Amino acid sequence: MSDATNDAAETQEDILARAEELVREMQAGNEERVQTLLDLINRSREEGIYHEVGKMTRQLHDTLNAFCEETRLDQIADEIPDARSRLRHVITLTQQAADRSLGAVEATLPTCDQLSTRIHRLGESWQNFKRREMTVEQFRALSSELEGFFVDAEQDTADIRSGLNDIMMAQDFQDLTGQIIGRVIELVEEVEGNLVDLVRITGTRLTPQENDKEKKETAELKPDVEAEGPVVPGVTKADTVSGQDEVDDLLSSLGF
Amino acid sequence: MKILIVDDFSTMRRIIKNLLRDLGFTNTTEADDGLTALPMLQAGDFDFLVTDWNMPGMQGIDLLKAVRADANLASLPVLMVTAEQKREQIVEAAQAGVNGYIVKPFTAQTLKEKIDKIFERIDGGG
Repeated sequence: MSDATNDAAETQEDILARAEELVREMQAGNEERVQTLLDLINRSREEGIYHEVGKMTRQLHDTLNAFCEETRLDQIADEIPDARSRLRHVITLTQQAADRSLGAVEATLPTCDQLSTRIHRLGESWQNFKRREMTVEQFRALSSELEGFFVDAEQDTADIRSGLNDIMMAQDFQDLTGQIIGRVIELVEEVEGNLVDLVRITGTRLTPQENDKEKKETAELKPDVEAEGPVVPGVTKADTVSGQDEVDDLLSSLGF
Repeated sequence: MKILIVDDFSTMRRIIKNLLRDLGFTNTTEADDGLTALPMLQAGDFDFLVTDWNMPGMQGIDLLKAVRADANLASLPVLMVTAEQKREQIVEAAQAGVNGYIVKPFTAQTLKEKIDKIFERIDGGG
């Protein structure tokens, strides 16, 4: 600001000097010189304004350039579509988990119902047997049904167990989607921070260098091999394995 | 057999805990990142460590390195169960001395196979 005031003061002194000369020349009746002096005064004012506007434009341009470089704004712009893909992948994963759980429930419930019906029927027969209200034929039938039940019940409970296990494994979506959403939250926070910076810069014409130190320090803390989170189709570009088999192959190639 | 399960997501810790119980390992303890896990390992008599990679505080890979660097824990078998599947990361874990590496999502069968393999090697002295 002090520079601008000095510039203005000098210009004013110049103008004053010219104005005094202008009065003298007008009194002397030197019209040609009067015209030249008027032009000079006008031009110097215009030049001052152009100079100021030019300076402001350059400063704004430099600041915005520096801002874009330092805040990796263009990279963030690239990451927004990625964030959309990540969130869509979250929808897919939650959908799959819900389908898998509901599928397991739908497959397991009839087994439970059948088991329950048979247990009820066998229970009734058993009571009849205890009350001695049973013929030898009926007892033979009960005995044979019980034997079949023992075999089936073992299979049925194994099926129910497997259904429950499937429902449990489907819950792994919470970890995987949690990691993906966590990444998107980080991006949103970064965008928010940069927007606040941008407002601050355009408001006060400050350079964004104040944050630099902090940002560089955080960058230095990052480990050599960084955690990436789950692979998201269409987003993850790094050299990844596609499943457990490839992990096993890679490890065995390393002597595991 | 005392096992420590380290993962920042409680759902995943519960899943692993339940799977381990199915396999007959009932003595399990949980920690939510490397920073809480390391003192537990140093203080307790754990026989096996199952850890995630991507966690706040101390990551699984750093926990693995800290375990290998600690004279009392250096030979503790470590199984990594993680969504990290960059080749570079698997190589890094192998070089840091991991005993098994499972990528999420995984199956109960995979967990059983890897644990069996780790103990076969230890029992075989290899």
